[in-house]
Amino acid sequence: MTYRQEAEYYSRKIKRNARKIIVGIIVLAAVLTSAKTVGPEQEGVVITLGKYNRTVQPGLNFIIPFGIERMYKIPVQRQLKQEFGFRTEEPGVRTRYSEEDLKDESLMLTGDLNLGDVEWVVQYRIVDSYQYLFRVRDAEDALHDMSEAAMRKIVGDRTVNEVLTVGRQEVATEVEQLLQRMCDEYENGIRIDQIVLQDVNPPERVKPAFNEVNEARQERETLINRAQADYNRVIPRARGEAREMIQQAEGYAINRVNRATGQASRFSAIFDEYVNAPEVTRTRLYYETLESILPNINQKVIMDENNPNVLPLMNLDGDRITFEREDREDNQ
Amino acid sequence: MKKKNIILLVIGAVILVAAFDAIFILDEKEQAIVTQFGKPVGDARVDPGPNVKIPFIQKVQFFDKRYLKWDGDPNQIPTADKKFIFVESYARWEITDPLQFFMRLRDETSGQSRLDDILDGETRNAVASHDLLEIVRSTNRTPEIHEEHLEELEELEEISVGRDKIEGEILRSANERVEDLGIRILDFRFKRLNYVDEVRERVFDRMISERERIADRFRSEGEGEASSIRGDKQRDLDEIMSEAERESETIRGRADAEASETYASAYDQNNASRDLYSFLRAMEALENSFDDKTSVILSTESELYRYLRSNNPD
Repeated sequence: MTYRQEAEYYSRKIKRNARKIIVGIIVLAAVLTSAKTVGPEQEGVVITLGKYNRTVQPGLNFIIPFGIERMYKIPVQRQLKQEFGFRTEEPGVRTRYSEEDLKDESLMLTGDLNLGDVEWVVQYRIVDSYQYLFRVRDAEDALHDMSEAAMRKIVGDRTVNEVLTVGRQEVATEVEQLLQRMCDEYENGIRIDQIVLQDVNPPERVKPAFNEVNEARQERETLINRAQADYNRVIPRARGEAREMIQQAEGYAINRVNRATGQASRFSAIFDEYVNAPEVTRTRLYYETLESILPNINQKVIMDENNPNVLPLMNLDGDRITFEREDREDNQ
Repeated sequence: MKKKNIILLVIGAVILVAAFDAIFILDEKEQAIVTQFGKPVGDARVDPGPNVKIPFIQKVQFFDKRYLKWDGDPNQIPTADKKFIFVESYARWEITDPLQFFMRLRDETSGQSRLDDILDGETRNAVASHDLLEIVRSTNRTPEIHEEHLEELEELEEISVGRDKIEGEILRSANERVEDLGIRILDFRFKRLNYVDEVRERVFDRMISERERIADRFRSEGEGEASSIRGDKQRDLDEIMSEAERESETIRGRADAEASETYASAYDQNNASRDLYSFLRAMEALENSFDDKTSVILSTESELYRYLRSNNPD
């Protein structure tokens, strides 16, 4: 068969089945516009000719085709979030953040008219998809404005120190409550799960001064600790030394008293003897003493009184020593 | 026959088109008014679903039924205390009376622009007649003081009006002015308040100097505390050592006294004991004062050596 013959054959066939084909296309279109899959985290809001009709659950759902019914799928189970002062560019193990400057969003006035740089995340859920869709135009955008206003209002009632340190949790809690109240007022169908304060910092230019305060505080602790350490090094040793000094004194005292007692009793013993025979005892003691002294004496010269003119000259260890005879007047 | 068919077909088509034009679908998000030659007729249509109008003659004008956004232009406004700040605000509003709205403003764009005029004006008035602090703060809460030396920075000055009231004031007077426009403003809030750049730099400078003051105080306190500890150390040291000295001297003194007393009671019994003591003491002194470096010259006249000459010298 030639191409022309083939074309002719098919066109005849199409003409013969034209009605069937049209019906088939219509049925196909109907099925395609009728069957809707609602994901597990979603719910489907069906409107019939513009009017809200029903809300359907996850799974395969059918609506009236050809645009008579339409369905909005709203991720009611998913936790959604909005970021302020930063933007996650690529979430992952090492999340990348946008380099975009969002200081206008994060820089805010505190209650003491200082500036704080607050970054935060609003985690929320759509709990009422009807309200979310039909009460507020662009509910997410509205939420963004509301969050900024709420955060600034709460931060505006606190000092910069509170916001930076102890007040963090309180700020988060209060913003959460305020934002929830605002959502209820707007009837936007949103429930605030959590406000997470991320980085809360002083403005970039002021940061070094804030760090300096911390450093100074550390420095103070260091100075005090060092002085304390010095005290601890010196004082216990001094106490020890003091005790040593006292012990030595006590040692001295014991020694002194014992010695005195000993000597006194020795004296008493000698005295008893002496009382019995004073002359003899005295003489005996005298000679005993000389006996013990003289052997140790290096040089002993004994001169005869009868040869008074002899003047001995002695050489002792190279030293020249002259002995002069002294005249004694009281010759016995 | 053929002609009749054509006429019927035309009539049928006209009826079909008219029917289509007579029915309009109002979405859940919308409300509408019907106009006839440009003039609104009947009540506003607010029920979603299919609605009916006279075909061809009447036209439908749709308006949003939801809360709409109004975003203020960032505006540089001086406050009552002459601080220049940027004020960025937002409001939510809704079309409450589409008929009125249509007659006064025609469409949403001109509605927004009218809101610009009203809200910007009210904002400017409110900001200019209050101090900055009143706009920033909402309540007179007492700040939590948690760090030493920062107390003086932890003060929140008293306010008398506050942000909430100012916002409420703006909302109220703006609502008065939009009353006949078929609009209601749901709420109005300051979104961002920021210092203009040169003021911001000055604020930074102030914050820096405040912190530096605190840092200096920490340092000087550290030095002071350390000095005081050093002083304590010296004092304690002196106390410990001098006490030890006092005690040891006392102990020694007592011992000396006791020894003296012992000696005295032994030596000082009578003349004989005194004699003996001085004799013994002399002997002891002799013994102690001679050593192997001493040389002595002794005369044969001496008591000891006189026997060297004769056994009976006397």
